[in-house]
Amino acid sequence: MSETIVITHHELNPEEFTDLVRRDTNGAVVTFLGTTRDTFEGRNVIRLEYEAYEEMAYRKLEEIRQELKSEFGVEDVAIGHRIGVVDIGEISLVVAVASPHRSEAFYACHEAVNRLKHSVPIWKKEFYEGGEHWVACEDHEFTGSVETPETLTVSADNA
Amino acid sequence: MELSVRFFALYRERAGCSTAQVPVPEGSTVADLVVAVRELYPRLAPPDVSIVVAVNEEYGEPETLLQAGDEICLIPPVSGGQASQALNSCSGSER
Repeated sequence: MSETIVITHHELNPEEFTDLVRRDTNGAVVTFLGTTRDTFEGRNVIRLEYEAYEEMAYRKLEEIRQELKSEFGVEDVAIGHRIGVVDIGEISLVVAVASPHRSEAFYACHEAVNRLKHSVPIWKKEFYEGGEHWVACEDHEFTGSVETPETLTVSADNA
Repeated sequence: MELSVRFFALYRERAGCSTAQVPVPEGSTVADLVVAVRELYPRLAPPDVSIVVAVNEEYGEPETLLQAGDEICLIPPVSGGQASQALNSCSGSER
């Protein structure tokens, strides 16, 4: 593996990303792993599925890398995001950041994860016993208070 | 003109398709397109919820002008992340 930004259906190996950012000029490597959790608001999650608008997601991830470079002087960043079905406890996201000193690496890694979650078009769906749910789309639920009668049966879409 | 529009995630499921051809007048904006898409797919999103549109792989503004051949995608909310009380100054949550 040599690409430093990867969106893949395959398992992510954090060490590969860490290796990509290690250099003799760097004294610190911070690696964040996002792993799939087994509960959401008290419900048991069976598995997760990620979907990406890949072309734009790559572009946005590259933008984040450029921002880390210009804002924090961090040159070495590698990001991997898994898509498709991901079982519980597996790694869905790897962000590896290296810098000469640790403060920049910690901060830039944290910032990278935060920015990624706001701007990169990748969506997560959680599957439960007898249900499923696109994360962050709660405001898109149709309710009886909305005056669009033809929309009121939409919950069948989620069955 | 006819615009090719891609749907992802929640919108793909609710539209029942990944792409649609949406006719709009020349000189239409993102806001005009959203109105046209909502008419074609009234069950896509509640009317009081705004729909985000990407144009040529960048987030569009309501007044962004559209042309035939533009790569247009409807973008449901991304996971966002809830602010952690303990780390309010650098909020986030695991994806």
